[in-house]
Amino acid sequence: MKPAPFTYHRPASLAEALALLRTHGPAAKPIAGGQSLGPMLNMRLARPGHLIDLNDLIELDRVRVKEDMLEIGALTRHHRLANAPEVQRSLPLLGAAAASIGHYAIRQRGTIGGSLAHADPAAQLPLIAVTLGATLVISGPAGTREVAAADFLQSIMTVDLRDGELITALRFPLPVGDLWAFEAFSRRHGDFALVSVALSFARDAEGKIDALRLGLGGVDTVPLRLPEIEARAQGRLADEDTIRDLAAATAAAIAPEDSAKVPAVYRRELAETLVIRAFQSALTREEGA
Amino acid sequence: MSAPTHDPLTLSLSVNGETHDVRVPARKLLSDVLRDDLGLTGTHVGCEHGVCGACTVLIDGRPARACLTFAAQMEGHEVTTVEAMGRPDALSALQQALHEEHGLQCGFCTPGIVVTFEHYLRENPDPTAEEVRNVLSGNLCRCTGYQNIVAAVLKAAARMRGEAA
Ligand SMILES: Cc1cc2nc3c(=O)[nH]c(=O)nc-3n(C[C@@H](O)[C@H](O)[C@H](O)COP(=O)(O)OP(=O)(O)OC[C@H]3O[C@@H](n4cnc5c(N)ncnc54)[C@H](O)[C@@H]3O)c2cc1C
Ligand code: FES
Ligand code: FES
Repeated sequence: MKPAPFTYHRPASLAEALALLRTHGPAAKPIAGGQSLGPMLNMRLARPGHLIDLNDLIELDRVRVKEDMLEIGALTRHHRLANAPEVQRSLPLLGAAAASIGHYAIRQRGTIGGSLAHADPAAQLPLIAVTLGATLVISGPAGTREVAAADFLQSIMTVDLRDGELITALRFPLPVGDLWAFEAFSRRHGDFALVSVALSFARDAEGKIDALRLGLGGVDTVPLRLPEIEARAQGRLADEDTIRDLAAATAAAIAPEDSAKVPAVYRRELAETLVIRAFQSALTREEGA
Repeated sequence: MSAPTHDPLTLSLSVNGETHDVRVPARKLLSDVLRDDLGLTGTHVGCEHGVCGACTVLIDGRPARACLTFAAQMEGHEVTTVEAMGRPDALSALQQALHEEHGLQCGFCTPGIVVTFEHYLRENPDPTAEEVRNVLSGNLCRCTGYQNIVAAVLKAAARMRGEAA
């Protein structure tokens, strides 16, 4: 399988990339890591007339901590996210999720911007972005705008990206709870997960849950954050009863797609099990620390 | 650099420390240019969508799928293929261990595995079996079964650390 012909462009700056997108309009497609677009080109599911290579825009490959946010450039690779000390310190949940994407070689090339733009409903980084309330920074013909990850992701592989626009960064608000877990289940190691769970919370002096954030991937066309479960958890002891209750309520709150390969009831039970596991591994991590 | 690009492109590629000038269409995959234009057929092509790992090469020293990369993107970057890793009369520690542990049968997957782990063992010289399995999950092998490959990687790691194994 070989890609259809295209004209290749290698802009040296963001301004130049935006100008090229503007000149060539809908016939142009940006390429970052190529780890999702590459297969689509090879299978001719995508046939852009112009390919705009973002890999020289090194200004978009950055991880920066500001006092109340972690800003990550769109061209930051998964491998770097998994290992950057700033990420380990302020958002270990993001690092752990990045470390679990696909395979070693895929993580060396794939970028956070590409992952958000591609919007696979089972992908890790869109789930973390929604769960932690990240904002996307987008540049285009009309200037720069910011949009919440939850609004950006509209459906399967459908996002709020207008003609000529590029994602330049993601901003994750800080701080978040110091207890966290990422749990995913896939049939074969490295495959996209059937269901994944992202969790972050804190506990007060009495051991009560505070500021829970709970997100689920693979149970809808977009990653879901579950505010009603978050509210239900607030101020309760993080004990066995609470965890089971929250997990059961989560399973009841979702309506996964029913298919012959993966029945809805299976995903629902998987979600329940993964929520329990996520709480347990977050608490174990705390005891180990 | 943003020179306008008309097919075919004239590219200057640095592969295994040598510079090669080629004239190829922009849409030509790095894996195909390595094989067809440079005669470096050690890089194998299986799935062409990033899953099997047979086409893995190093780009600027890091493992990457040559089937998800266009040769046109490689100007100014350094590509390293399996041809740069050991030779028949002087196998690398990893190649020797794969040989001893029966880590290959048809050998189709082997170049991708060698390239991946030659890099990985430099990043992590003392991996656990679990870590090796995790990385190996990115390379499909149809005939050997992964047991022997894991054993070979661990053996090579021990030798490269200077331990008897
Ligand atoms: C074998 C294999 C297994 C994988 N497993 C997983 C997995 O388990 N989990 C997972 O999440 N992903 C997985 N992926 C895909 C993931 O690794 C990619 O990194 C990611 O989805 C796309 O990122 P990219 O940088 O490679 O984007 P590209 O492939 O370059 O681009 C993807 C899309 O985003 C657009 N785009 C890229 N950058 C921008 C930008 N800055 N602004 C606007 N649009 C942009 C492109 O035009 C294209 O439409 C896998 C891929 C492979 C090949
Ligand atoms: S041919 Fe490139 S990964 Fe299979
Ligand atoms: S030895 Fe035949 S595919 Fe691995």
